[in-house]
Amino acid sequence: MSTTFIEGSIAVAKTVGVCRPHVISAYPITPQTHIVEHLSELVANGELKTEYVNVESEHSAASVVLGASATGARTYTATTSQGFLLMIEVLYNIAGMRLPVVMTCVNRAVSAPINIWNDQQDSLTARDSGWIQLYAEDNQEASDMHLQAFKIAENKDVMLPVMICMDGFVLTHSFEPIELILQEEADKFLPPFKPQYYLTPKNPLTFGAMVGPDGYMETRYFIEKTMRTSLQVIGDVAADFHNQFGRFQGGLIDTYKVEDASLVLVAMGSVIGTLKDVVDELRAKGQKIGILKVRSYRPFPKDEIYRALNHVKEIAVLEKAISLGYGGILVNEIKSVFYGKPKTPKINGFILGLGGRDITVDTIHHVIKDTVKATFEEKFVGLNEALIGGK
Amino acid sequence: MRLDLGAIAKAGTSKANQTCGWRNFKPIFHQEKCVGCGLCKIYCPEGCVTMVEKKKYTVDYTYCKGCGICAEECSSSDIEMVVEEK
Ligand code: SF4
Ligand code: SF4
Repeated sequence: MSTTFIEGSIAVAKTVGVCRPHVISAYPITPQTHIVEHLSELVANGELKTEYVNVESEHSAASVVLGASATGARTYTATTSQGFLLMIEVLYNIAGMRLPVVMTCVNRAVSAPINIWNDQQDSLTARDSGWIQLYAEDNQEASDMHLQAFKIAENKDVMLPVMICMDGFVLTHSFEPIELILQEEADKFLPPFKPQYYLTPKNPLTFGAMVGPDGYMETRYFIEKTMRTSLQVIGDVAADFHNQFGRFQGGLIDTYKVEDASLVLVAMGSVIGTLKDVVDELRAKGQKIGILKVRSYRPFPKDEIYRALNHVKEIAVLEKAISLGYGGILVNEIKSVFYGKPKTPKINGFILGLGGRDITVDTIHHVIKDTVKATFEEKFVGLNEALIGGK
Repeated sequence: MRLDLGAIAKAGTSKANQTCGWRNFKPIFHQEKCVGCGLCKIYCPEGCVTMVEKKKYTVDYTYCKGCGICAEECSSSDIEMVVEEK
């Protein structure tokens, strides 16, 4: 291991490099660009041997990794926001064909209006696609997760694609000291990919053929069942990683001071860092408060979340996404964890940080005070009253 | 037949997986006015029309989807599409 002060995107690119991908497809889009740019540099410098394919759109980027993965190659791509939306048709195909592609979704708002800043509306759009979705809290985790991702995806009991979600700019463009994974360490952790099925002229196969009403439902049943299996695999791979590297960022969830907490903040991604600062401050004043990080959003670890939170009185769910016409997404999934259980805590939802709106320590204090004071479904936090014609 | 991972199909599986299930109309080859032009065989997208003899063509219902192209293209109106009750 070597500690380097490095930008998040570059750390991710270097980790992807030591995973020895056979094929990388790349179409640059802000704020994902630095990842694929650095990978192309590694290739140009002769440091990384891979088929690096420059494509004409994200739809093609996803199609290239689909095709390559079907031939048994280890594949990687990255995108964000509008590019992600353009990929979606192919993302469903990748999952349906059970191809263990790994991609980074750099989280960014979606148009219109055009906004290049961070929230998590892009990846959440594909929550039902059959991709495993893991959310990184910081750059060390984002970098480490890519090595873990290939091991999860290629596990013969999983064989589903894995998406590492990392907040655009907040993580991708921030410099932090990162323990970079060396080639020999990666080789020790990640065995070569040995697919059960792959395209070769010697053994003709059809991927993604038509299946009628007499067989389609079973394909969905298998993916759903596999998602349950992968709960175990994600945890095991995080534990393996901990054994070899000494770092543990959580398996399915991670908790911070929840054991004796009466109020817990629930969130995904980089906002966890700010939450930890606020929790430390309030703990010093005697408030019993903690954090639950949802690391694996799909599969959604209902049992782990219930076990971690069943003693808690109040929960505030903070999310950088919204299902327009319904409201908070994560908050409702957290609520469903408690459905039919003997005790249900107060669960308040907060929509915040959309389109890169700053989430400050003050914002979090406001969320906590609101949760102690009142019960409500969900609220937008930090709206600019002048813009919405208020006072 | 058990589904493979991702419904990946091996070559030749259509022998076991009969794909005629969604047919609503089936073509009847009357074999009366046939002039042996072979259009039905050429146009059939399933390749399930075969020549029995020079002016006599027939269909393999195991794979016929009932699309009706053969009947539409027949130069002698010798193929009739009839509703298939199942
Ligand atoms: S109905 Fe269609 S599938 Fe059936 S024999 Fe005619 S052309 Fe072929
Ligand atoms: S198209 Fe009609 S006439 Fe021509 S071979 Fe077929 S059945 Fe006979």
